[in-house]
Amino acid sequence: MRLDEQMKAGLDAPICLTWELTYACNLACVHCLSSSGRRDPQELTTEECLSVVDQLRELQVFYVNIGGGEPMLRRDFFEIVSYATTTGVGVKFSTNGTYLDAAAATRFAAMDYLDIQISIDGATADVNDAVRGEGSFAAARRAMDHLAEAGFGPFKISLVVTRDNVDQLDDYLAMAEGYGAQLRVTRLRPAGRGADTWHRLHPTQSQQRQLYDWLVGRPDVLTGDSFFHLSAFGESLPGLNLCGAGRVVCLIDPIGDVYACPFVIHDEFRAGSVRDPGGFASVWRSSELFTSLREPSSPGACASCGSYDACQGGCMAAKFFVGLELDDPDPECVKGNAEPLLAALTPGGAPLPSPDHSRPGATPVVLGRKPVSI
Amino acid sequence: MDLDVRYELDPQVALRPEPFGALAYHYGNRRLSFLRSPDIVSVVRSLGDHDSAADALRACDIDERRWPSFTKALATLEESAVIRSVDRAA
Repeated sequence: MRLDEQMKAGLDAPICLTWELTYACNLACVHCLSSSGRRDPQELTTEECLSVVDQLRELQVFYVNIGGGEPMLRRDFFEIVSYATTTGVGVKFSTNGTYLDAAAATRFAAMDYLDIQISIDGATADVNDAVRGEGSFAAARRAMDHLAEAGFGPFKISLVVTRDNVDQLDDYLAMAEGYGAQLRVTRLRPAGRGADTWHRLHPTQSQQRQLYDWLVGRPDVLTGDSFFHLSAFGESLPGLNLCGAGRVVCLIDPIGDVYACPFVIHDEFRAGSVRDPGGFASVWRSSELFTSLREPSSPGACASCGSYDACQGGCMAAKFFVGLELDDPDPECVKGNAEPLLAALTPGGAPLPSPDHSRPGATPVVLGRKPVSI
Repeated sequence: MDLDVRYELDPQVALRPEPFGALAYHYGNRRLSFLRSPDIVSVVRSLGDHDSAADALRACDIDERRWPSFTKALATLEESAVIRSVDRAA
């Protein structure tokens, strides 16, 4: 069996596991995948978190991507990260940088097997703050300065490509190079609060081509499994060129619920909980949802398209949250095959993200208007 | 890749068995490699117990006709720092 076929059939444990530690966040980004804001009272306790780390180590999950919310808001953040990295589970965590001060940077610099990813969604404050809230650009840059001053080494700068920042990719790269950092570029998904803003923010067809050409020429820019739908333009981009949901990828949310991937926090894609008997391993190995995701998938409406082998029909989460069927073309299909389907959708018919942790009245940004502070 | 030299699994690498062979993760360079058959996994695991890579291939009962493909695979693994040659003087 070919390697990609093996991956579609599922591995013994995930390669890439995202663990959102908290839904609490000081920001309220308009595209937040997890609609973060308020801490969930059912959040995993410190003891439960350390047990999750133990379970991941037993499964030989080599590293975990920690996010949120803003993970540094957890009081036991350092305890959890130190426990993981000193016992063989490497950590890469994403932060908006607000709480990454000089003291934290010095602590991080002394730790092994730790990668840090700072989120910033514009190469300039106006573009970034329109999505992430006023002052968030300055906070992210301060965090980068602290890491550089502490001698942390090559951290990562992560951006979600939007209609408004796609022209700034070269500036981002220059920013990363200025810090000796690595650039990571990911796809805007219509998940969480992004469901409301995706239609206005996702790259246009011509911008998708522009993005593809830019990425093809820069193989050192990290993309993970973000852009396999762009492979229909021609050669495949580096990274995983298939939907890894429930096969090589999954998500653990702050209350221990396990979802197929970070972009489908919705009851329909909830496989179980680390609090279930048998813990994470039994959810990964034998949940009904993951078992079904590992079965051969049908190309559906894409069967007659010559590019299906390249793009695999695109991203399940993107289809789901705009209201398409899972075997329809990706809403951003580069051949334009989703356009008639999108035009025919009933307005308001798309599934609502569940659950929503936004803070009432805390949404910082109204697109098209001047950002207001939170 | 010199089959007469002694190799070993890099101490920063962890192997995880999978149906196709194994995943190898290097905690230093954070690179993930795929060992695409159970035979190459056995060879890689036994490298450190033998004076040369050739001895490890023999110990794992790898038919000499398959050695060229194993040599190529081991060379790739050396490039990604999954395995390393052991300095005999050390």
